[in-house]
Amino acid sequence: MSIILNKVYYSYEEKTAFEAQALKNVSLTIEDGEFVGIIGHTGSGKSTLAQLLNGLLCATSGGVYYNGRDIYESDYDKKELRGKVGLVFQYPEHQLFGTTVFEDVCYGPQNLGYSQKETQLRAFGALRSVGLPETCWYHSPFALSGGQKRLAAIAGVLAMGPEVLVLDEPAAGLDPKGRDEIFGLIGKIKEESNRTVILISHSMEDVADHVGRIVVMDHGSVLLDGAPGEVFLRYKELERAGLAAPEAVYLMRDLRERGFLVNEKATTLAEAKASILEAFS
Amino acid sequence: MATLLYLLSLFLFRNAAGVAAATLWLFFLVRLSKVPFRYMVRGLRAIVMILALTAAFHLFLTPGETLVVIGKLTVTKEGAQNAFFLSIRLIYLILGSSVLTLTTTPNQLADGMEKALRPLQKLHVPVHEISMMMSIALRFIPILIEEMDKIRKAQLARGADFESGNLWKRVKAMVPLLIPLFVSAFRRANDLALAMEARCYRGGAGRTKMRPLRYRKADHAAYLVTAAYFAAAILLR
Repeated sequence: MSIILNKVYYSYEEKTAFEAQALKNVSLTIEDGEFVGIIGHTGSGKSTLAQLLNGLLCATSGGVYYNGRDIYESDYDKKELRGKVGLVFQYPEHQLFGTTVFEDVCYGPQNLGYSQKETQLRAFGALRSVGLPETCWYHSPFALSGGQKRLAAIAGVLAMGPEVLVLDEPAAGLDPKGRDEIFGLIGKIKEESNRTVILISHSMEDVADHVGRIVVMDHGSVLLDGAPGEVFLRYKELERAGLAAPEAVYLMRDLRERGFLVNEKATTLAEAKASILEAFS
Repeated sequence: MATLLYLLSLFLFRNAAGVAAATLWLFFLVRLSKVPFRYMVRGLRAIVMILALTAAFHLFLTPGETLVVIGKLTVTKEGAQNAFFLSIRLIYLILGSSVLTLTTTPNQLADGMEKALRPLQKLHVPVHEISMMMSIALRFIPILIEEMDKIRKAQLARGADFESGNLWKRVKAMVPLLIPLFVSAFRRANDLALAMEARCYRGGAGRTKMRPLRYRKADHAAYLVTAAYFAAAILLR
């Protein structure tokens, strides 16, 4: 139960004057149950990567394997793959269309060919797990607030029961409160179901608090790959890629330079706080 | 305008002299526009199928003097003539209009139209509004195509299937594409209206342009040459 990308290359508009190479020699293995953050600057190829994972885009060269099977084999069922690798796009609320929220959430499982009863059960489950209040299940999705629309759209992907959940900038365009809610929800979903979750973002702060592994993309290739603590220690390389480590990392570095014995590997605010309190007590 | 006249003139010729004139004129325009010829020919690829079909239909189905018989199909002299002229017409139609679209930005196009239609303003035709609408519509085509692509991908990710099933099923599969597309088109239109209002846009009267379209000698000359060509086309038919 893993996703393997082997030497994947991808170019947009291949063989035309507009050809743009989005991915260069990307090899990546994502194990079952991992919580991975993929981070990169705009145009680093992270969204392209996301669409390769569920077969929406086809690599120019190289292979993508899901659970040990080559997804580019001609008899591989792409629809089934998309049910297993659920991809939530940027601004997913732009895809809503149903007359009611509930109907919209049913769309995914229906497409996968589940019976009506199973479809509805899945929709109920998904709506409940994103915490959308029951009162708005039967309202038009267009009557919801921005944050609620996004929850409904995420529920639409969750209802398919994916084994792997890929989220592309799930908090884009939300206010700080909305961001916290979305990331809290993703953490909760991860904990409850122990699925593989792949979080794509351009912001280190968002990702650092939650994920167990960070993959940094730069100009279409993998720049760094490892646990957040290790990755953030190499902030010089991050800065060269147009990214920055979380504020806590810089604080810890400055404190250490001034002779305080704090833990350099603290990356989140909570860890930094604990480490500072320890050093000063 | 010249393009429109040219397209009209294409439907005028009935003999070789007309074709020759149209060919010469097109060649002249293409050279003048400095657009690489390869680009123009690439535009033709889209219509190859239509071209082949119409040519075939005309070739085989026009009654008249029999030339060759292939099985049950009869090629007539009139049919061959019709097929030839029609194909030339179609090709020149595409090439002629691509000269326009490849050399002129949508804004220039709208400006030019506003200027050409100015006399109609006396008849209370809202010329400025029409050209504004046209330039907005042109501007939004690529945006909506991009949006469509995004929505299509998002629905595919939810297991949508746009390629299989009978006609009715396929039409129904379009609903999850079209509704979000319309919603986003309305949202964009709203945003645009708001942005225009925020900048105090209030229509054509007394409005100045950042880059006013001024006719120079060459432009007037172009009008004359075009008129001459059109007259020649009428005479040569």
